[in-house]
Amino acid sequence: MSQQLVNFLFIALSFLLYIFIAVRSRAASTKEYYTAGGGVSPIANGMATAADWMSAATFISMAGVVAIKGYDASRYLMGWTGGFVLLTILMVPYLRKFNKSTVPDFIGDRYYSQIARGVAVICAIFICMTYIMGQMAGVGVVFSQLFGISNTAGVIIGASIVFVYAGLGGMKGITYTQVAQYCVMAFSYTIPAVFIAIALTGSISPQLGLIGEYKLDGGGVPFLEKIDQINIQLGFNKYTSGEISSINMFCITAALMCGTAGLPHVIVRFFTVKNVQAVRISACWTLVFIAVIYLTAPAIGAFSRVNLINQLNNSNYMNAPTWFSNFEETGQMVWVDKNDDGIIQYFGPNASSINKNTVYNGKRPKYPELKQKGKYGERLISNKIDFSNPNELWFGNDIMVMANPYMAGLPMWVIAFLMAGCIAAALSTAAGLLLVLSTAISHDLMKRIIKPEISDREEVLYARWASFVALIIAAYFGINPPSEFIAQTVAFAFGLAASSFFPTLILGIFSKNINKEGAISGMISGFLFTLLYIIYFQFLGGNESNYFFGISPEGIGFIGMIINFTISICVSKFTPNPPDAIVKMVNSIKSPE
Amino acid sequence: MENKYHNKVKILLFVLLFLWFLSSLACGIILREWLDLHFPKIGHAPFGFWMAQQGSIICFIMILLLYNYFMNKLDMKYKSGIKD
Repeated sequence: MSQQLVNFLFIALSFLLYIFIAVRSRAASTKEYYTAGGGVSPIANGMATAADWMSAATFISMAGVVAIKGYDASRYLMGWTGGFVLLTILMVPYLRKFNKSTVPDFIGDRYYSQIARGVAVICAIFICMTYIMGQMAGVGVVFSQLFGISNTAGVIIGASIVFVYAGLGGMKGITYTQVAQYCVMAFSYTIPAVFIAIALTGSISPQLGLIGEYKLDGGGVPFLEKIDQINIQLGFNKYTSGEISSINMFCITAALMCGTAGLPHVIVRFFTVKNVQAVRISACWTLVFIAVIYLTAPAIGAFSRVNLINQLNNSNYMNAPTWFSNFEETGQMVWVDKNDDGIIQYFGPNASSINKNTVYNGKRPKYPELKQKGKYGERLISNKIDFSNPNELWFGNDIMVMANPYMAGLPMWVIAFLMAGCIAAALSTAAGLLLVLSTAISHDLMKRIIKPEISDREEVLYARWASFVALIIAAYFGINPPSEFIAQTVAFAFGLAASSFFPTLILGIFSKNINKEGAISGMISGFLFTLLYIIYFQFLGGNESNYFFGISPEGIGFIGMIINFTISICVSKFTPNPPDAIVKMVNSIKSPE
Repeated sequence: MENKYHNKVKILLFVLLFLWFLSSLACGIILREWLDLHFPKIGHAPFGFWMAQQGSIICFIMILLLYNYFMNKLDMKYKSGIKD
């Protein structure tokens, strides 16, 4: 059986499982609706929330970023999990008490203003759009590998599948389907890691393997020291120390954390649990289940880096493993024989005098119309080759997780299982986000602000159109990504959320002095500042040396957040206090639920 | 009584947010270099690096467990008279 056949078999099996569970639990779901999910145990709810939470960005991209950036990638590891803590202790219990399941809903009522609601909806649309863009890029990588086609075709196929899947809708809402999706994701992520951990470090647990010893080459060397050695030898920075400045790292991580707390699609989940005690315990479980993946990611990243270099660097292309040509085929790996010796050489930026290791000019590899092969059988690219440095190997940042089991020579079923996990991750979050985005447009924007007289049917129609247009825009940016890797695109979404929603929500919950003028001006200024900064430096070619205090667009959400806080508080000081009803509403959180 | 409950919740939140800050932004980023040099290694990983990649996440779980425990306790204590 070929690998592709096994892949399809596993994916089909996983889908049968989801459908089976969806159909089986349909009878129970009406009852579930009336008891508001009272029948779902906190553990099951925790798993389902974890599946909702972990996107294609986490699943596919994060370990790849760790592999390439080492310590610097910790910002994603800490940022997303730390944000969950903020969400659980500062937001969820109070939004629940106010009985507001969406962010624009809460902001509209707390700040007694349609304008505030409108601004919140627009921010929510931007944030969801950016987030979906990241998901589309991930979906593209998965489907292009699955069918062995180009990234563009992969994004288009993936987007259509997400559209259909989100249209089914019902399947997503059922908690137990998501429990199954979580299980598929967790096992497919950890199984390859366990195999590789045994091979490289002799430890069954990848989490301990990372801090254990390197077993090959006679052993006795700590694994992290080995990877530091490799990095320095090839001209990269030390794996365990990274190159981003502390202040930038701090801002990015803080922006990710606060942004997570303002993200709309997870909050809803905690409304289906019966009481606040159950919310707390199920949030604990969610974080435990998320941690299973997040603690494995740094290990996968480090292992795959070592494997990649062991397998490819200084090896003859003619003897290179077959998977390499598969990844060349889908445009995820490129080898350019700069010195014409038939041997793959991989170097970091420090190996050349100009501090770069680019293989070719341009962002992504481009290929000539006809598939042309080079002297040694490698796939040729049509980009201009950059001869200023000796590095000959390029690989897509987001390919590491999928390439990992190939590099370790794991059995076919492990690879196929991983594929099924990738698809579960991509579909669950993309569909969930699309649902939030389309309801934000059809319900919060059309029904509550622009045209209150529309019927339910028209509302559904608007939602369909909204998700269709959103997917097309997202697919375009999935093909032409606005950043180096998926996780970075997603980080922009979180920066926007941090600068617009986080301060407005925190002040709205904990302070009764903030009025609508303050909230609106704060949201607008924080959001616009962040958005313009990102657009200027990411799309209009702003130069890195002009960064504000050396803070990159990824971390600027933190500054936007401070601006938002300051303006909200100052403007509220000089404008009339909020009405008594609002003060009473804010005071109501002071007693136990 | 209402305010007493709310004040205790606020103190709890401040303590937890402090732990949250300490375990991630402080140990993982601001103090990382110093911790790498001066603190004992975790397994073979430098302390700050380990906190950034794995330790902080473990701390976050602890923080949520503490939150769970103390909030339930506070709710129990101040709930008398208020029907759920």
